[in-house]
Amino acid sequence: MSRVDLDAFRADTRAWLEDNAPASLRGRPGDMFHGTWGGRRGDFESDDHRVWLERMAARGWTAPTWPAEYGGGGLSRKEAAVLAEELKRLKLPAPLIGFGLVMIGPTLLQFGTEAQKRQHLPGIIKGEIRWCQGYSEPGSGSDLASLQTSAVRDGEQYVINGQKIWTSYAEKSDWIFCLVRTDPGARKQEGISFILVDMASPGVTTKPIKLISGASPFCEVFFDDVRAEARDVIGGVNAGWTVAKALLQHERTMVGEVFARSVLGGQQELLALARAAGLGPPEGSLEAPLVRDRIAQSAMDERAFMLTVQRLQDNARAGQPPGPESSILKVYGTELNQRRRQLAVEIAGADGLGWSGDAYDDGALGLTRDWLRSRGNTIEGGTSEIQLNIIAKRVLGLPDAGGAA
Amino acid sequence: MNLALTDEQKLIRDTAKDMLRKDGARRLRRLRDAAPDARFSRELWAEMGELGWLGLTIPEAHGGAGLGLAELALVLEELGRGLGPEPVGAALLLGAGAIDAAGSEAQKARFLPRLATGEALATLAWQEGPHRPAPGIPCMTVAEAQPGGGYRLTGEKREVVAGANADVLIVSARVGGDPEPRLFLVEAGATGLTREALDRVDAHPVARVALAGVEVGEDAALPGVAALGGVLDRATIGLAAEMLGGMAAALEMTLAWLRERRQFGVPIGSFQALQHRAARAFVELELTRSVVMAAARTADQAGVPAKALAQAASLAKARASDAFALIADEAVQMHGGIGMTDEHDVGLYLKRARVAAQSYGDAAWHRDRWARLAGY
Repeated sequence: MSRVDLDAFRADTRAWLEDNAPASLRGRPGDMFHGTWGGRRGDFESDDHRVWLERMAARGWTAPTWPAEYGGGGLSRKEAAVLAEELKRLKLPAPLIGFGLVMIGPTLLQFGTEAQKRQHLPGIIKGEIRWCQGYSEPGSGSDLASLQTSAVRDGEQYVINGQKIWTSYAEKSDWIFCLVRTDPGARKQEGISFILVDMASPGVTTKPIKLISGASPFCEVFFDDVRAEARDVIGGVNAGWTVAKALLQHERTMVGEVFARSVLGGQQELLALARAAGLGPPEGSLEAPLVRDRIAQSAMDERAFMLTVQRLQDNARAGQPPGPESSILKVYGTELNQRRRQLAVEIAGADGLGWSGDAYDDGALGLTRDWLRSRGNTIEGGTSEIQLNIIAKRVLGLPDAGGAA
Repeated sequence: MNLALTDEQKLIRDTAKDMLRKDGARRLRRLRDAAPDARFSRELWAEMGELGWLGLTIPEAHGGAGLGLAELALVLEELGRGLGPEPVGAALLLGAGAIDAAGSEAQKARFLPRLATGEALATLAWQEGPHRPAPGIPCMTVAEAQPGGGYRLTGEKREVVAGANADVLIVSARVGGDPEPRLFLVEAGATGLTREALDRVDAHPVARVALAGVEVGEDAALPGVAALGGVLDRATIGLAAEMLGGMAAALEMTLAWLRERRQFGVPIGSFQALQHRAARAFVELELTRSVVMAAARTADQAGVPAKALAQAASLAKARASDAFALIADEAVQMHGGIGMTDEHDVGLYLKRARVAAQSYGDAAWHRDRWARLAGY
């Protein structure tokens, strides 16, 4: 696409957004975890949020680069970048967020059959179906391939029995993409299939998990003789591990980028806390030199991390897609966030230790909860140790414990 | 700012690779042991001059290639991989850099073409104490204006890179009560100038320089004011690029050893305790690469504000200092006993990492400056 065409696209996009983006949403950009999740039971923060989703979805701009034949925007990467810039210019929130758009959708585009894409992608794009991820099990965490949830073929269906755990937002989701064992006799990676299951099916139950921070998006999901359609197996029977790994790599990049955004502005937050806690005057140099040094260290680490996210994106645009290097973002981004959350609590002193009650304001309580929640960052989505294994073996080429490279 | 390499940059990197990778740190060892007075290879220097590397960032109007720090950084990274002691960074970013930033057109025309070919070598003498001074500490070297015109320079400078080898020294000195020092050209044969080459742990060329009433003409004063900060920031970014190469090579050497060395009947690289430490070193390396590339590109932006350049330089140098020291320490530890021997190259990386970390401001200095620039 020529420069001129791109400029025309920008002008049209800008005009359309000016006409169609509800005024109440401008200046409220939101993030990956705060916004409209959609779904059959989706609740909208306001009517304007509903209108915003409907208008954007009608153009396919909830999934700008997906093919138009499935309801996507059909935009080139350059056009999508222009759209993102124009949304940013008006500080507009994404019309729709969720795992459909960032996890199962891209996986279907990569591995799905034509029929599967036609069945499932439009519902994601319109925000009608909310998805969750059924990977971990009580006995299968880091050793995910040892999973035991079984799926037994019965005519055109599979009968599923077992339990998933750490399923984010399971109780609010409509469908789940699941790893199940379809061949118990095969080598553990080779007997796994990737299947899509309607959460409204009889036999599916969910139970929320409470974390040390007092709340959580996580659930357990139980399957008791749940019937799923054989046509909803993605990537072929017993070939689910390949699909799962591709999706995990995608998830790691996403998690890293989410943390990149969440750590933004860390320096100002920490500084304000330090001044409020009496560690320095309202303006100018902090009086506590060690706290000052740690804030600077945290801010500089944050900047280095952001630049690394950008570098991997620039390389991807130059034709060098991210491989196992995406584990770098997961390891570093999560640990950076932990350091910052802990530093915030330390700087706040006694004000960072409240659990509940009127004696603490919401900001102070948030510090405690955020610090506790951050401890999970290096566990969920593949522990730091698993990421380091991936880097050591697949990037650095170090040998397996058996001695083979 | 784009953090992917362009085709032209890849070409420069590959040329530098071809020329500098074959010998590795063995070359530094040979220079250290066989020619302690030379400190670096004049043959290689001449070759670099012929290739145009010594004029890479010198403007085309003065005989250089007119490229940016982003391109020079690639050469410095390759030089750093083998711990090459040739003062490319100092010559281009301190010597030619100071003349380019603060010199008159006549001074540029007189010196830059000779520097671009490698015919002459210029460096900058700015440091006076064991540390990079905190802002506001005055320069102790003074330049007294002489009644008949010209200046008389008195003072002592330390850690002058290639100070004993340079044909031209650019000396920072205070004039009267001015808060910012001015820069003066002092040629190698000047009366009252003494230079003592130091035998430093990294075996790179560095000297102490004393100026006992060195008299220079009016035309020795560079007219530009407040130029020193920007020159040092660019040189700091160049050093960080060199350090990036050093840490990459130290890590690769260590990975090769982890694959090769066998204990308990298996390669020690199959042990998870070592795998994770190697992986963490790699994470630090990759983050360092990002900040070095970003800093060089920031420096290349036309009219970049001094504050943005200083922040980018501090970000790059603080991280490069910590990462190189970490990776070099880990490299020696993972090599085990052989890593402690003088015979093995890994120790050379440990020594250079320490020197580089403490040059142009250590990590703490740069974090302090970052905080000050951010208003706290």
